[in-house]
Amino acid sequence: MKLDVILRVGTKLVLPFILLFAFYVQFHGDYGPGGGFQAGVIAAGMVILYAIIFGLKAAQRVIPQELVQVMIPLGVLVYAGTGVVSMLLGYKFLEYTGFAQKFLTAHEWGILFVELGVFITVSGTMSAMFYAFVGRGR
Amino acid sequence: MDQLKVFVTHYNYFITIFLMVAGLYIVIARGNMIKKLIGLSLFQTSVYLLYLSAGKIVGGTAPIYDPAFKFYSNPLPHVLILTAIVVGVSTFALGLALVVRIHEAYGTVEEDEIFAKDDGA
Amino acid sequence: MMGADVLSAVKPHFPILVVLLPLLGALFCALIQRGTLSWLLTACIAFVLPVISGLMLFDVLKTGQTITYELGNWEAPFGIVYKVDGLSALVLTLITVIGAVIMPFARRSVAYEIDSHLQSWFYTMYLLCLAGLLGITITGDAFNAFVFLEISSLSTYVMIALGKHRRALLASYQYLIMGTIGATLYVVGIGLLYVVTGSLNFDDIASRLGPAMAERSGPVMAALGFITVGLSLKIALFPMHVWLPNAYAYAPSFATVFLAGTATKAAIYLLVRLLFTVFGTTVPFESMPVGHVLLALGLAGMFIAAFAAVFEENAKRMLAYSSVSQMGYIVLGIGLANVSGLTGALAHIVNHAVMKTALFLALGAVVYRIGTVRLGDLSGLGRKMPWTMVAFAIAGMGLMGIPGTAGFITKWYLVLGALEKGWWVIVFAIVLSSLISVVYMGRIMEVLWFREPSQAAEKAKDPPMMMLLPLWVLALATIYLGFDTRLSVGVAAPVAEALFGGIK
Repeated sequence: MKLDVILRVGTKLVLPFILLFAFYVQFHGDYGPGGGFQAGVIAAGMVILYAIIFGLKAAQRVIPQELVQVMIPLGVLVYAGTGVVSMLLGYKFLEYTGFAQKFLTAHEWGILFVELGVFITVSGTMSAMFYAFVGRGR
Repeated sequence: MDQLKVFVTHYNYFITIFLMVAGLYIVIARGNMIKKLIGLSLFQTSVYLLYLSAGKIVGGTAPIYDPAFKFYSNPLPHVLILTAIVVGVSTFALGLALVVRIHEAYGTVEEDEIFAKDDGA
Repeated sequence: MMGADVLSAVKPHFPILVVLLPLLGALFCALIQRGTLSWLLTACIAFVLPVISGLMLFDVLKTGQTITYELGNWEAPFGIVYKVDGLSALVLTLITVIGAVIMPFARRSVAYEIDSHLQSWFYTMYLLCLAGLLGITITGDAFNAFVFLEISSLSTYVMIALGKHRRALLASYQYLIMGTIGATLYVVGIGLLYVVTGSLNFDDIASRLGPAMAERSGPVMAALGFITVGLSLKIALFPMHVWLPNAYAYAPSFATVFLAGTATKAAIYLLVRLLFTVFGTTVPFESMPVGHVLLALGLAGMFIAAFAAVFEENAKRMLAYSSVSQMGYIVLGIGLANVSGLTGALAHIVNHAVMKTALFLALGAVVYRIGTVRLGDLSGLGRKMPWTMVAFAIAGMGLMGIPGTAGFITKWYLVLGALEKGWWVIVFAIVLSSLISVVYMGRIMEVLWFREPSQAAEKAKDPPMMMLLPLWVLALATIYLGFDTRLSVGVAAPVAEALFGGIK
């Protein structure tokens, strides 16, 4: 307990920046390198780091197992829902033209939602995988 | 000399082939289920290299439009391989999960021991 | 009028809906986590899908034109395009119909074999697998096909692993290894094609392949080899069938029923699509001996797998080996490389799916009643479960190829295809292999009907109506398809002609 004080404090210092970086990657994904997949993995990395340092129970108090399990289908639902909404607006599946007046703005909105869905699913899946393997056999 | 030229100019393909065959060899030759999965992962990874090296243009930059640059690498292989990586990760995770369950059910992850246990029962 | 308006508004979206509906259904099943409610949702979706694909099949056959749908309105070859022609409409309709017919059977069978907290996940996996298989059949993009292939495979591994016996885990692991190798080889092939032609769209690759072949044929040949071997693994073509018997034997009954009818069929569709539409008949059948290789492996599979079935003690494994042997017939038909042979192969995809699904449904009912499918335990069940076993016998006769059943029709076309080539040996082989199937089906019939009931069978009785209904629908379809061939051969023949003639 005494020896890992640096790890504990260091982790606490680093965690917000990991999350910030995840969001940076997330919101630059629409018109630059990055995107929901990479951001989702980084965010899940934060959860995993927290669990490694403070224990699985502590991590599951912050991000419960049930939440993670709901996030997996929810993200895909956001993704597919974006496509369904564009169909309801009278365009083809995942055609973003209907989301705004200007062509580029509409596409920015569309990508934003799709990447949000990817982020939710990927971070959920990665955390769920970690929880499942670590929690097994206890 | 000609062979050497082919080797040097196509070295990416030779690396791909080496990794692919090495991965396949591990899958076939090893009895340990986790090692098999590692071999399988290597086998899949070699394909990523095949796609990515084909999409690289010497001197090309990231495909983001900017008047300062003229050549861009082909982005499509990267997108495809991102998808393939996701597939690879899911396969690997599912495979490991199965191995965990197999270990719980049989108490070992060596193939020959498992077969011996099931034949006896 | 309202209904017509809605239909005309929804109709252009049919191709995407076929994939989207099961996908959305899977998400909701994962969210609600109630077994029975998930079943209800799954059943609703499963019954809507054949209507959609049936309407598309009808349209394609009537107008003779393909239906296309650009995802995100990105035109081909830049975006992913879903494309429905005769071939894909046929396989789509087959898969959706099988997926719907077996749904009434699912509820009790799944409730009996799967723990209650896992049932919802099971239906999630079922719908994902359905979405993947339908996606393979409908997409016009080679890489998209790989993604759908993996979606269906991954969900299949999970379904198999949910089997009761611990060997189910081993079977699933074995299939995971083999299936991943197969899919990866397929990607290598597609990658080589992409390097040579710069395209992933099936039609676009086909139009660019000629010049690419003229310039350098090596990579194209290599791609053909990789793709054929990779997909053969998924088809379970002999000798790459090792995963199949265990996977079918230890998976939950409902998963076996579904997979036996559909999974390998989608892989065969993809092989036919690539061999005929993408490579065009000349490359696989003239420049390279792919046709002969398929012919030889098909023949070998027909015999060796059938022999394995004869000596099998587990009824599910016996039928699984029989599946490998029947895959041999289909691949043989493709390898014949003429219109009659391909017609036979395509019609056999339909007929085999109908018959094998019926047979596995009957075994599923047996599992539901006595909990085992070892041949010794099945003795005398004919008198205890008459409705189940009569249907089993009808489907079994179809499998043997007795005249008046669906199996006879397709074998007839395969024989015709062999005769057109003048290959008498193959005609003889088809007849001989049918005789072996008479032996193994006869063995199981003898046990079922002519022996005293075993201890396990003593208290057995017919399963509930809901489980019998799909069984009898498919058993009667076996007879119906034996007399009225409009649905099988009638659709397959023009498709086969188009595949041979309509290239470019």
